[in-house]
Amino acid sequence: MNGPFWCGVDVGSSYAKAVLVDAEGEVAAEAVRRTGVAFDVVAAALRADLLGALPGAAAEGIARTVATGYGRDNVAFADGAVTELTCQAVAGWHLFRRAVTLIDVGGQDTKVIVLGPDGRRKSFQMNRRCASGTGAFLEEMAARLDTTPAGLETLAARGGEAVALSSFCTVFAKSELLSLIRGGRAVEDIALGVYDAVVRRVVEMAPLRDEIVLTGGAARPGGVLVRRFEAVLGRPVLVPAKPQMTGALGAALVAMRGGEASQ
Amino acid sequence: MPRLESTTRMQALMAEAFRECDAAAWDPGRRVAWCSSVGPVELLRALGFAIFFPENHAAMLGASRAATDLIPAASAEGYSPDVCSYMTSDIGAFRRGVTALSRVDPSITAVPRPDVLVYDTNQCRDVLDWFSFYGRQWGAPVIGVSAPRGVGEVTGDLVASVAAQIRGLVQPLESIAGRRLDAGRLREAVAVSRDTSILWRRVLSTGEARPSPLTFFDACVHMGPAVVLRGDPRSAAYYEGLLAELEGRVARGEAAVAGERVRLYWEGMPIWGRLRDVSDLLARLGACVAGSTYCSSWVFDALDPDAPFDSMARAALELFITRTDAVKERILAAEARRYSVHGIVFHDAKTCPNNSNCRYGMPGRLAAGPGVPSVVVHSDLNDLRLHADEGVRLALEAFVEQCAEASP
Ligand code: SF4
Repeated sequence: MNGPFWCGVDVGSSYAKAVLVDAEGEVAAEAVRRTGVAFDVVAAALRADLLGALPGAAAEGIARTVATGYGRDNVAFADGAVTELTCQAVAGWHLFRRAVTLIDVGGQDTKVIVLGPDGRRKSFQMNRRCASGTGAFLEEMAARLDTTPAGLETLAARGGEAVALSSFCTVFAKSELLSLIRGGRAVEDIALGVYDAVVRRVVEMAPLRDEIVLTGGAARPGGVLVRRFEAVLGRPVLVPAKPQMTGALGAALVAMRGGEASQ
Repeated sequence: MPRLESTTRMQALMAEAFRECDAAAWDPGRRVAWCSSVGPVELLRALGFAIFFPENHAAMLGASRAATDLIPAASAEGYSPDVCSYMTSDIGAFRRGVTALSRVDPSITAVPRPDVLVYDTNQCRDVLDWFSFYGRQWGAPVIGVSAPRGVGEVTGDLVASVAAQIRGLVQPLESIAGRRLDAGRLREAVAVSRDTSILWRRVLSTGEARPSPLTFFDACVHMGPAVVLRGDPRSAAYYEGLLAELEGRVARGEAAVAGERVRLYWEGMPIWGRLRDVSDLLARLGACVAGSTYCSSWVFDALDPDAPFDSMARAALELFITRTDAVKERILAAEARRYSVHGIVFHDAKTCPNNSNCRYGMPGRLAAGPGVPSVVVHSDLNDLRLHADEGVRLALEAFVEQCAEASP
């Protein structure tokens, strides 16, 4: 396993992800770590993870590395940096090969990317300045309900009737949670309502006409977020097998093309 | 690209204008008028007023990044942080006893006290609220033109009604100025404004060249004389020099952005406190913002010295900011073609809904109709608390990547 490989590193706000692809564009290795505060350190650790997973592989076997995500300019060993919007689009086309609309629910922001039938990006939207409609909203609400994001999903999975959270603002939504708890609403229904709040914020970002592909750490296949999207949109949504890794995969594919974003 | 040689002359000219205005405020024989940026400046010039432009002052507070710290002083007086941050930063500066003019010349310690404040609501209501604050402070009259907004076709009736309002200002202004309006001087001021306007339009039009010799960010800096010295022959002289410099660049094929590969158009207010950062970011990406609606707001094609009142009215009514979305859409599509841009950057400025033109579906219509792609950046003209560096950077970088991909 000496390569050549192409490496994509996606330093997100919560998690950093890395992927190596081989000459066929197939994933040869992947790794995930919490981002922490030292972007360069986590990136180097991820590269070591990737190489460690491939017996006999060495850094010299990596022909090119492209970084993406929040910390894309802090990856010292990268040969280039490309935004996650381009990387998600490249990965989306690689995985689905048709005009789809990608929704990436990230830690700090959520993106809607429309791919044309030629695989090029037609447009994109990002949520505004605040956390509503993002992974951070789920984390904040989980903390308010005295649980972890995974715990929130477990609660929501048991929910029956989602309560409606009306506020745009994460801080206001937290106080709404307090009122709901005080009013005796079941915590499971509240947790489900938290997911619905994310979905509602996202579906108002763009007209979601094409098939939808959902990515991001919170988009676990078969998970609550995916099911709530399907319920609100009234149709199935597509989820890659590793929805958290698509940014890094796209970066690796961009690296393979010589760092050009063009598809 | 090295900075434009004209910059030094422009800075000297602006400093001279500010010093003159300051001196007039201390001179019992002179009268000072404050004027909104697209107000009836020529009338004030003809009556011999020294003219101060609060919007220019507020932009300087924004560009020096002082604005964000000043806004809370206005908020504390009940001016919502959601309303025009030009106004709130300017009022905040006044309350704190500071002025952006001191940065230009430390001997200037305060904004020039007005004898009258003259507004035109063709841009927004905020200018009236803003000027009224100072009117109350100093007991100075606040007069102006209540021009319509959302103008479709600029009809003769509309022109007549606004022209009548401008005429109505003559008598009160004469009594403040202590002199009668001289028709010849008014004609002359309108002629100078028109000449300046033509030169400024030609300066901006050099951006049509590929590569462009100037960027929107350069234009934001160099439009100072077009605003502050409108109707003053020194501004026309300045733009003759700037135009020659830019035409020289075009002739030599010199680009404002080295390796220009993507061309963009800016719609909406500048992000004053991040002007340099956004300019540097786009330059690094090889993207040139070749044109803008904002800098074109000081192009007054209609001005005609032979019909001063009607033509001032028409010029004010024809402005982009006063028009309906349907007209704005046509203008933007034409501008995108004229500057041969890959796409438009819409700045959704939180505190200026009046000049944020992406809020009623415009980007979608421009994409679906004439096929002009765009991106929206959410920020503000002066309040950096409403700005997120990472979000703006990501949106711009991703849009440039998208435009580059779309290039043949
Ligand atoms: S147009 Fe916008 S920025 Fe200018 S004064 Fe009005 S509200 Fe303020």
